[in-house]
Amino acid sequence: MCCLVTARVRRLRCSCSSSIRDAAHVAHGVRNGNDSLTPLAQTTIMAVEFDGGVVIGADSRTTTGAYIANRVTDKLTPIHERIFCCRSGSAADTQAISDAVTYQLGFHSIELDEPPLVQTAANLFREMCYRYREELMAGIIVAGWDKRRGGQVYTVPVGGMLTRQPVSVGGSGSSYIYGYVDSNYRAHMSKEECLQFTAQALSLAMERDGSSGGVVRLAVISEHGVERRVVAGNQLPSFSAI
Amino acid sequence: MALSHVFETPVSGFNFENSTRNILLENVLDEGKTKAPKPLKTGTTIAGVVYKNGVVLGADTRATSSEVVADKTCAKIHYIAPNIYCCGAGTAADTEKTTDLLSSNLTIFSMNSGRNPRVVMAANILQDILFRYRGMIGANLILGGVDCTGNHLYRVGPFGSMDKVPYLAMGSGDLAAMGILEDRFKVNMEVEEAKTLVCDAIHAGIMTDLGSGNNIDLCIITRRGVDYIRPYQESEYKQRRQEKYKYKPGTTPVLTENIVPLELELVHEMVQTMETA
Repeated sequence: MCCLVTARVRRLRCSCSSSIRDAAHVAHGVRNGNDSLTPLAQTTIMAVEFDGGVVIGADSRTTTGAYIANRVTDKLTPIHERIFCCRSGSAADTQAISDAVTYQLGFHSIELDEPPLVQTAANLFREMCYRYREELMAGIIVAGWDKRRGGQVYTVPVGGMLTRQPVSVGGSGSSYIYGYVDSNYRAHMSKEECLQFTAQALSLAMERDGSSGGVVRLAVISEHGVERRVVAGNQLPSFSAI
Repeated sequence: MALSHVFETPVSGFNFENSTRNILLENVLDEGKTKAPKPLKTGTTIAGVVYKNGVVLGADTRATSSEVVADKTCAKIHYIAPNIYCCGAGTAADTEKTTDLLSSNLTIFSMNSGRNPRVVMAANILQDILFRYRGMIGANLILGGVDCTGNHLYRVGPFGSMDKVPYLAMGSGDLAAMGILEDRFKVNMEVEEAKTLVCDAIHAGIMTDLGSGNNIDLCIITRRGVDYIRPYQESEYKQRRQEKYKYKPGTTPVLTENIVPLELELVHEMVQTMETA
């Protein structure tokens, strides 16, 4: 109950703070990295838990304004052996955050002398995204497998909220597939079903969202390790005849 | 955190000492009537391609200052390490200084660790520097090189984003160059094919973009060494000077000569012996 309230409060803060942020930056003459020429991974990212691991997926388009700077981007970034993050938002910001968290998590893991928890990684992301929320534009989904709780998906959207969800979508293309995901997600799907579900959801988003496209990158993280796949543009599932 | 490639760890935050210095200078000179020179933007076409045995980098050689060509033979392919070169687009001073800084840092690293630098390390250091300045440094860089892990090509953007790609074009002429690269790039090309491809890509940029022009420089990096061909292809529109513009001594007549000897007085003499051991 209280987390719903805090989420709403944070969302309100987010909407008015952006105008305050713009005003402050005009006054100080500091350019925020959000003008139309920053490479943005306005994107579609997704992660699904299944029994024994997680399936994560992303499109592969990075845009600078209307130009596609990289049409084969890899937005699924390894943070640790069995923990990945899906990046959306400003490419520079998310790469910098991922690098910082990779270092912190690696150090923590060496200190503990055991593999880190996905929750720890998610909290490190949240710490950074919340503390520097005025300067950063980053929407991140953290997903992985650990021995204590199995496959987990945590989402850290713009603003720095942290919440665990069985299935999470993010990025600009996610708006188009909330209906599809809500109606087609079932608990206790198998690994193959999850892969199919993710690939189809991402294809639908890429079809409708101009800022998402290219290939679909998928990864399965489980106790046995990480398995990566790429679905090329001409092999994507197609839905409508129009 | 100790870093193996710098002597002093960078202080957090921005360093805008030069901006305050510029403002002071402007106020002192002619009470603000003289403005600091505008930053020179290169308006460029640069491209890079990974081929079978290495990396080919190419660039045009025009540097513009608004609508005037300031430099017809500007070198846009900068040395980073014996096995790593970097093409720069954007603000000329920013690309020069950032690549110089990177080169120095990598030399320090090589001396400290006894290893040859890797391209990924150069890309990471660039990313650190540019992200710290949040886009204030206008440097769009193509970093290419060959190291023990293979042939690599990275793009580093001014906000600190990094992409690892097999072929790349940047600068104001990048759309035209990218068209050529997208059409004819193949994996594991031979060296001559790669050189022709990069040359044609830069040529397309030169023909379509006003900010790019003059000669084409190529830099071919392989495990065995670097071949920096400058220029690889000269501009077809180069004209030869019609006359010689050197003046013979005596061309300007001397009207009067006035010699004023300087009277210097020896005030103080001190002898200090040097220890030459």
